[in-house]
Amino acid sequence: MPELVSHPEEVKVISRRWGQGAADIDKYIELGGYAALRKCIEQGPEWVINEMKTSGLRGRGGAGFPTGMKWSFVPKQSEKPKYVLVNGDESEPGTCKDHLIFLHDPHSVIEGTMIAGLAIGAKVGFIYLRGEYRYLIEIMERALAQCYERGILGKNIFGTGFDFDALSHTGAGAYEVGEESALMESLEGKRGVPRIKPPFPAVVGLYGGPTVINNAETIASVPFIIEMGGAAYAKLGTERNGGTRLFGISGKVNRPGVYELPMGYNLKKMIYEVAGGIPNGKALKAVVPGGASCPILRADEIDVGMDFDQMGKAGTMLGSAGVVVLDETVSIVEFALRTIKFYQHESCGWCIPCREGTDWLKKTMTRFYEGYGTTKDIDNMRYLAENMLGRTFCPLGDAAAMPMIGFFKKFRDEFEEYIRANPSAPESQALVELVGA
Amino acid sequence: MSPEMNSVPNTIFSPELAARFDKLVTLYPARRSALIPMLLYAQDEVGAVNDAVIAEIAQRIGITELDVRNVISYYSLLHTKPHGKFHVQVCTNISCMLRGGNEMLAHCKEKLGIGNKETTPDGIFSLEEVECIGACCWAPAVQVNYDFHDNLTTEKMDAVFENYRQKAGKS
Repeated sequence: MPELVSHPEEVKVISRRWGQGAADIDKYIELGGYAALRKCIEQGPEWVINEMKTSGLRGRGGAGFPTGMKWSFVPKQSEKPKYVLVNGDESEPGTCKDHLIFLHDPHSVIEGTMIAGLAIGAKVGFIYLRGEYRYLIEIMERALAQCYERGILGKNIFGTGFDFDALSHTGAGAYEVGEESALMESLEGKRGVPRIKPPFPAVVGLYGGPTVINNAETIASVPFIIEMGGAAYAKLGTERNGGTRLFGISGKVNRPGVYELPMGYNLKKMIYEVAGGIPNGKALKAVVPGGASCPILRADEIDVGMDFDQMGKAGTMLGSAGVVVLDETVSIVEFALRTIKFYQHESCGWCIPCREGTDWLKKTMTRFYEGYGTTKDIDNMRYLAENMLGRTFCPLGDAAAMPMIGFFKKFRDEFEEYIRANPSAPESQALVELVGA
Repeated sequence: MSPEMNSVPNTIFSPELAARFDKLVTLYPARRSALIPMLLYAQDEVGAVNDAVIAEIAQRIGITELDVRNVISYYSLLHTKPHGKFHVQVCTNISCMLRGGNEMLAHCKEKLGIGNKETTPDGIFSLEEVECIGACCWAPAVQVNYDFHDNLTTEKMDAVFENYRQKAGKS
């Protein structure tokens, strides 16, 4: 079982019930669960959407889109059924927060899904978990079954006339499926290839019906927002960045773990105080602040608040809030190679700039790492990555290009040094040796 | 398509799994939504999504076998050839790499005497280097079948192997 960590600086809102056995419905209800749903049924959809807008909650999957606004885009009238789809495909390297939500508080996800359904007029919700999370899918299935036993899911919930069904669903291994349109394709039983937008899922989504797709952490935040009120939740964070965030700190720190801290929390403090600093007296080299797709920050750039806007100003992204810490011993060349290997492996191949771009970046980085790199390679790779940006159906192409551009921009000297330190083999080598030629 | 059209009198699955599949296709607005869960659960029981599994699932959903194969080739957890009884999946992505993921992979190769995507001659273990498994804060992490093993050291990994070896001996 993954370790839970704690720090006095934490503000526990969505992690409040962790470690208390709240996966069981009785404990969940004892700790205040499903009261938010009752309140929402009493107050009605418009009130719910307003509270969400007031809360300043922004999508926790990485894009940071305001959740209340997303919900308000769903047309009130629709010939086709509407759906709620929870994205628990959590696959962004550096990110394991949803893992803990599903483990410790699955009912918060179910309750959030129901509230989202009430708000947009959907009767069905799907909770999609990555296939690797089998034990968490089993926990979710038990939680759902308990809801049906208690009449919290199904027909005429709490005798109010509100009907809602929810179902958990397993993926089978694919990073790309974390992209919302690919996620819908996957839930429909197809290859996870993205759809072109527009139309956006809020208008044409699952099975052609209007669909709200939210990350699991976003959805799990909903009952807590209703409980404490949108305004109170907003105050926990910074301007336009309401509430708290689950920061997963990994890599070269003394106390890695998932910590719930206010939005806008200082990154330097997070690393040195909350996560206990760098082990073995080593110096910090760099930080990937929000999962593998976010451009890297140098050690001298980390005195910055961790919210969507401040991270944007710093030239990177808050992303999924997976903070990956690199100390002075880490080779950026090796780190860059591992990063692009991942994106090359996960590119679905649908859009040429991503399919070919990630492949050539990986090939060139591999050769570079093996000691055959040239200065021209650095320029070529950066040029290639820059030309992938914005040229694909889904953001995977950007997600691969952005960190690579960051490595070349911030650590060019290290790439150059790597060439000098590896006086390479012959200048040029044939890719193919023709036998007997 | 009516359920009768897809009834499978001579199912290759256990009665429990067959009953589960009969229900699963009715839970979604479209039968095909059950495809990926069915493939994974069938693989868990049979050991691989082999030709027989593909044929029956295609029939149950009401799509062609080619459609099923197209989906299988997309998802990394689905495989058409059997793995070892215990499939050891070592994460070497960034967070694990920073805490010894590559060394863990090398250790597993040496300990099992096999390379990436290979199976031991006794069929007990197979090994695969995998992408992020969502255990970044408890790195390095390894998944054996669906079980997570966190905060590993090579000593702890040896104990994990020993544990599975004993399990294999008992069954």
